[in-house]
Amino acid sequence: MSLNSLWRAATQHRLFWPVAALIALLVVNVPFTPGFFEIHVKNGHLYGSLVSIVLFGSPLILVAIGMTLVIATGGIDLSVGAVVAISGALACLVVSKQDDQNAVAGVLLAFALALAVALVCGAWNGLLVARLGIQPIIATLILMVAGRGIAQLITGGQIITVNSDAYSLIGGGYWLALPFSLFVVALVVALSMALTRRTALGLLVEAVGGNAEASRLVGIRSRRIKIMAYVFCGLCAGIAGLMISSNVSAADGNNAGLWIELDAILAVVIGGTPLTGGRFHLGGTIIGALIIQTLTTTIYTIGVPTQTNLVFKAVVVIVVCLMQSPLFRAKVFGARRRGPARRSPGAPVDAAQQMEVSP
Amino acid sequence: MSVIDSFRPSTERSRLLHDRRLPVGVTAGLFVVMFGFGAFRYQSYGFLDGQVFMNLFIDNGYLLAAAVGATFVILTGGIDLSVGSIIGFTTMLTAWLVEKQGLPLLLVAPIALGVGAFGGYLMGYVIHHFEIEPFIVTLAGLFFFRGLCLVISKESISITDPTVNNLAQTHVPLPGGAFLSIAAVISLAVLAVAFYVLHYTRFGRRVYAIGGNEQSALLMGLPVAGTKIAVYTVSGFCSALSGLLFTLYIQSGDPLHAVGLELDAIAAVVVGGTLLTGGSGYVIGTLFGVLVLGLIKTLIQFEGTLSSWWTKIATGVLLFAFILIQRTMTARRRA
Repeated sequence: MSLNSLWRAATQHRLFWPVAALIALLVVNVPFTPGFFEIHVKNGHLYGSLVSIVLFGSPLILVAIGMTLVIATGGIDLSVGAVVAISGALACLVVSKQDDQNAVAGVLLAFALALAVALVCGAWNGLLVARLGIQPIIATLILMVAGRGIAQLITGGQIITVNSDAYSLIGGGYWLALPFSLFVVALVVALSMALTRRTALGLLVEAVGGNAEASRLVGIRSRRIKIMAYVFCGLCAGIAGLMISSNVSAADGNNAGLWIELDAILAVVIGGTPLTGGRFHLGGTIIGALIIQTLTTTIYTIGVPTQTNLVFKAVVVIVVCLMQSPLFRAKVFGARRRGPARRSPGAPVDAAQQMEVSP
Repeated sequence: MSVIDSFRPSTERSRLLHDRRLPVGVTAGLFVVMFGFGAFRYQSYGFLDGQVFMNLFIDNGYLLAAAVGATFVILTGGIDLSVGSIIGFTTMLTAWLVEKQGLPLLLVAPIALGVGAFGGYLMGYVIHHFEIEPFIVTLAGLFFFRGLCLVISKESISITDPTVNNLAQTHVPLPGGAFLSIAAVISLAVLAVAFYVLHYTRFGRRVYAIGGNEQSALLMGLPVAGTKIAVYTVSGFCSALSGLLFTLYIQSGDPLHAVGLELDAIAAVVVGGTLLTGGSGYVIGTLFGVLVLGLIKTLIQFEGTLSSWWTKIATGVLLFAFILIQRTMTARRRA
């Protein structure tokens, strides 16, 4: 294999550009933060910029994983931010009502209640989309609007603070020298990867996202798959809500998880999952979420005024989308490419396309 | 579908259900019922005072202007999420230019409108020519304009300019002792223009044609590219105008003004009976959508004991109800 074809093979890999972007972003930090890649051990905990990126990025990774499956079925879930707020609000309310806030049983009860409500939220979205056939953007818009109201209803319009070591473990605590949230994320990622790549479930999800009607006709229970995707997404958002509220030891019905749905969608898109549904890449999504978190961290450390954060994100979104657009690539790089542009970075070249090019 | 329709017994009932004006009628009916409820319940608090009704327009004029722009986009089957950010950015830009740079409002207003329209044009261009989902492009617009707000200033800028204050406090008297604000009058004028454009011009027919079936519209030889880009330009312009009205209403620029207002605008359009799949709906329905959302706020204010978050929950419930109505209607039409 010549160097040229090796390079081509590497750039053809669907994770190449996301990983390259992540590495580039990380390297940008080095001149501004000496020892950016260093990881220290303090009090038996790992400390370092990389650790904090993973720690603060955990909720986003979780939400983005759930969002990936929903987007793969051809949907979208705008309500995750509201679900984050609801779950955090409910958990904090339950914990704050207890006599002994450190009691593990009480905290577990709070978690169970919050996650149950998150499941219900997901099921509600799934029923609207799959049973009633409402457009996903709109179906989830309902909970996005009403959900923050519900979260504020739970907290009574106040910010509920809790003082519980057991509760703060999930979002801010350490276990085996690593952030505890890392284990939660790893568990969810491992579960979803196993379910979607080791069983036929992933294939079914892609079939439903590719063409719901066709998949129904070949006997896939497309409605059930869709509902499951929304329920899973709700659950992920619920866990993320617990993490976020636990990290700050407080629940804010108004601001918790604000705009996280947009970041999650962005992570999914950067990760190479097309918004039109069908093929999905969980690994890409995780990289995408890490890119967004690193971008946020980088903006802070470089000393760029933090308020330009959003402008940066907007530019990143638009550049990534343009690069993914076959039409844009055809127009800008068209002269160098023969044959029709491909649908998405991950999609294999059609046999028909290859035949067109070869003669 | 028309073939199947013609086999149906054309009873009075099925004709009514197939009438595209029904959703607007339902919303208007709901508004009347809610207003009647308020009038009955808060009789002694002066709910029936003409000014309470006019305040609906004064307090929601900016939302009406934004929702009218969103109606254009939704009629073509697209969506615009940048509305709230453009509004916020316009308040910020206006406040900054008027207060910090000392420019006269007469010069600032066209600049703000131009920036909004140009932003909409750019988004429309990218959406159409690179075939990227409107959702994601306008999402980038949302981030971008909100970011620009913060770039101008992190803090709120209050406006002390006498022209702005005079405009904000000018009352347009109406028969019966009630009055409207300048902003409310402008928003109603926007509505009237949109009504004329959508229902009596070629451009309006193209908007409906693209929303009905973009492919057909293209095959028919309609200028799809120009119309689609124009629709997002209109939405950007309306958002900027809405931002100016909001500036008049609130007399300050703040980077956090109108966060999430795009959702209110979309909700108003949906409650007003416009189909999100595009091609069907009336801009007059949007007016009723805005009025119903505004009335929820008014009722909650009059109730006094209820907290503001009930507004969000009620809006969600209402949105749900109307989507269900839309859903059953389109299901029948397609069946």
